[in-house]
Amino acid sequence: MAGEARGTEAAAAQPAPPMPRPMGPVARFLDSDLWYSFSHSPLTIVSAVVALTLIGGALFAPVLAPHNPFDLATLNLMDAFNPPAWLEGGERQFLLGTDDQGRDLLSTIMYGARISLFVGFCSVIFAMTLGVTIGLVAGFVGGTTDAVLMRIADIKLTFPAILVALLVDGLVRAALPRELHDRIALWVVIFAIGISNWVQYARTVRGSTLVEKNKEYVMAARVIGLSSSRIMTSHVLPNVMGPVLVIATLNLGFAILAEATLSFLGVGVPPTQPSLGTLIRIGNDFLFSGEWWITVFPGITLALMVLSVNLLGDWLRDALNPKLR
Amino acid sequence: MFAFIVSRLLQALPVMLTVSLISFAMFAYVGDPVAIMLGQDYTEAQRQALIRDLGLDQPFIVQFWEFLKNAVQGNFGLSYRLARPVSDLILERMPATLELSFTAAFLALAIGVPMGVYTGLYRNSLLSRFFLTISLIGVSLPTFLIGILLILVFAVDLGVLPSFGRGDTVMVGGWWATGFLTVSGLKALILPSITLGLFQMTLIMRLVRSEMLEVLRTDYIKFARARGLSNRAIHFGHALKNTLVPVITITGLQLGAIIAFAIVTETVFQWPGMGLLFIQAVANADIPIMAAYLMMIALLFVLINLVVDLLYYLVDPRLRGSLAGSAR
Amino acid sequence: MPLLEVKNLRVQFPTRRGVLTAVDDVSFTIDEGEVLGVVGESGAGKSITGAAIIRLIEPPGRISGGEVILGGRRIDDLPAEEMRHVRGKQIGAIFQDPLTTLNPLYSIGRQLAETMQTHLGLSDRDARARAIRWLEDVGIPGAAQRIDAYPHQFSGGMRQRVVIALALCAEPRLVIADEPTTALDVSIQAQVIALLKRLCREHGTAVMLVTHDMGVIAETADRVAVMYAGRIAEIGPVRDVVKNARHPYTEGLMGSIPSLTHRVERLRQIDGSMPRLTDIPRGCAFNPRCSRAFDRCRAERPELMPTGGASRAACWLYAERGEARDAA
Repeated sequence: MAGEARGTEAAAAQPAPPMPRPMGPVARFLDSDLWYSFSHSPLTIVSAVVALTLIGGALFAPVLAPHNPFDLATLNLMDAFNPPAWLEGGERQFLLGTDDQGRDLLSTIMYGARISLFVGFCSVIFAMTLGVTIGLVAGFVGGTTDAVLMRIADIKLTFPAILVALLVDGLVRAALPRELHDRIALWVVIFAIGISNWVQYARTVRGSTLVEKNKEYVMAARVIGLSSSRIMTSHVLPNVMGPVLVIATLNLGFAILAEATLSFLGVGVPPTQPSLGTLIRIGNDFLFSGEWWITVFPGITLALMVLSVNLLGDWLRDALNPKLR
Repeated sequence: MFAFIVSRLLQALPVMLTVSLISFAMFAYVGDPVAIMLGQDYTEAQRQALIRDLGLDQPFIVQFWEFLKNAVQGNFGLSYRLARPVSDLILERMPATLELSFTAAFLALAIGVPMGVYTGLYRNSLLSRFFLTISLIGVSLPTFLIGILLILVFAVDLGVLPSFGRGDTVMVGGWWATGFLTVSGLKALILPSITLGLFQMTLIMRLVRSEMLEVLRTDYIKFARARGLSNRAIHFGHALKNTLVPVITITGLQLGAIIAFAIVTETVFQWPGMGLLFIQAVANADIPIMAAYLMMIALLFVLINLVVDLLYYLVDPRLRGSLAGSAR
Repeated sequence: MPLLEVKNLRVQFPTRRGVLTAVDDVSFTIDEGEVLGVVGESGAGKSITGAAIIRLIEPPGRISGGEVILGGRRIDDLPAEEMRHVRGKQIGAIFQDPLTTLNPLYSIGRQLAETMQTHLGLSDRDARARAIRWLEDVGIPGAAQRIDAYPHQFSGGMRQRVVIALALCAEPRLVIADEPTTALDVSIQAQVIALLKRLCREHGTAVMLVTHDMGVIAETADRVAVMYAGRIAEIGPVRDVVKNARHPYTEGLMGSIPSLTHRVERLRQIDGSMPRLTDIPRGCAFNPRCSRAFDRCRAERPELMPTGGASRAACWLYAERGEARDAA
């Protein structure tokens, strides 16, 4: 910085400027470029708010939902096919209307969003874990292992993710007896979506690992005698996580859509745990008889959820991209 | 160039082999074809006879080889559920899917590329912001939802377009049933192809835009400006050409994704294509169809990749140069 | 009348931490056919000055003050389309990295012909013939065959020769060369600089040669301007500035260059480093590092003033009658 004139007359005549006080972590964050770009983009703030609302509503559905759509005792077929409250024939207690069984739509949407988000998050975490591990190993170990793993990745990439997810789901469905499959169907979907999407993580991490591998701190760690896995996890991993998080955020939207698509096609989550996709599928049957709300409202919720997640992911990617600064 | 093609084909071989292996493994290990084909009551003798007939008592390698031989001839056996030859079913449905996919791809390119170029060049105009908003929505809405909404508006409310089926088709070449040649066929094509193409259109638009922005920041564009070249020469000559090169690869891959997403669109619109066939097979554990579909898709993707590589080779002189040897 | 007159040029970049002044009140002239070297450390503002003259500053940077006058005509406030005519035709530019400066997808013949046709209105055939002659002029062997080659097929030195040809082919009166040899091998640097010097002499083109390499300046330039923290510290004929530096910063610079001819005990080093643009000291920007600074240096910013020799320096040491003063 300016002012560091050592051993000159000037130094004696001019006092050094005061050192800036070190900032606490909160202050540092608020001063950072990240927060700046966030707080100055109204769109991002809005999408963050929307996303948080949806996630909050979904997480706390058991507490917040006005009705419990799974409690058969409270259902009354007389309430079936109520339109939304602001239309003629609607009732206040069923704000968004009811479906063919008399279930309150708002509540089913909240519970449905819960499933959608749960599957989405879990599959992203699964894909991230799988992809990061493969990328670390491929980059670090190198040689044939690397070549083989990357070939597998290439083969996997020839197929669109949705196809892989469908295939895996179909295979498991064919392989297991029916009741077993229904019980673990949720996890099968998570597995299918996760496994269809790991390559991006693997490639990015592999690239970063290759770069880090040649840096001095890794050589130093080897000299001290740390095991390879130790070096990989404690030293290299923290340095490659940045771009991984961006990919994860962007993939969350895709994962939620993938689950919705699978459920809509009837090969996703089991009917006992309906997600937004399932709800849309059920509602589709009533489209032509005029009860449009059964399908449209879950649809809007799904769209808002994915839209806000995508916007946040876009912002994060742009904010962390050094080239755009 | 010949060597190039050959090397690419050789690279495709492991892909096809792996896929064949997976397909075959599905046959061999998933479910019990004997039980499915014989139904509820059968004797042990009948079972053994069928096993011998189907060759299920042979070693793995022999069975795999048989499978490959049959596959190359297009023979995948009978569908478990429909009891018809799988190859017949697929051939019947292929024209429907291909016509839908190509129309969707064409729409995606014809609208996506110009929009992408426009929003890349004129970043801050009102029209650009509008396009970008639409693209964001397109990327966030699942295909099936778009289909449903379109049906809601155009078929239910307005009643101008059909919501299912292909309309009337015309037989061409004795085998290909095309919907292009009838009015009802074309009308039936509109909603499904928009549904299928919208996602890809927005993807292409965003890709072209971001590539364009990258290119406009390069040194050679700066140098072109420093040489006083016209905006037209810079934007539509230098920048555009450099932008389109990576776009070619992605577009090729997108064609594959379109064919895959056709599954969803065909379900929503009850379009009688391969995708609908496949999803029904998945729901019913109909292995032969799943296996055949898988192999076909793999072959298709490999071919698409090959064409994309060829195009790349033709367009980017750096690839040609590396094969011809650079001069110093 | 000088060919180029830069008067009180100021270039600023608004950032969220405040406004950065990258070029602060810079004035100099270049005569017809003259070579002016602009030397200084990285970040001193030399490249930005060059970019400002041809108005290729990246937004949000902008020229916020001063004038640029070419051949008696103000060019800093010209409308964009007219400025485009100035670039290439009146002022050419050479950038640092020849690999990224040339469009990899266009042949060099095409890039040359394009530039000439834009400014000189030649036919295709004439443009091509001239392009071949230019390639021969800059020393590319086998020009007639190489004209359709692509940039990646040339070595670094050859590429930079092509860039020089591109900069000169529209016959500009001034060329701004921004670090033209920095990215090249040392053995090639001398050749390329000699080429540039010869061609400019032949065509009567003036040169603004921006570099941090004093050796190149000493060999090629007629006059030199030393820049520091966005300002000119000293400006004058090359011989005078190199042998008889007046400004303490220039002294420090010259003293830090190793010499093959005399014995030097230790290379002098200037303590500290050039201030960041956000922290430019009050008064003379160099004062914290200057061993001869006194009160006035810390309070008032010095303008370029005569120093008794042939050069001018921005230093209060020469405030009285142009003679050196002892430090207070």
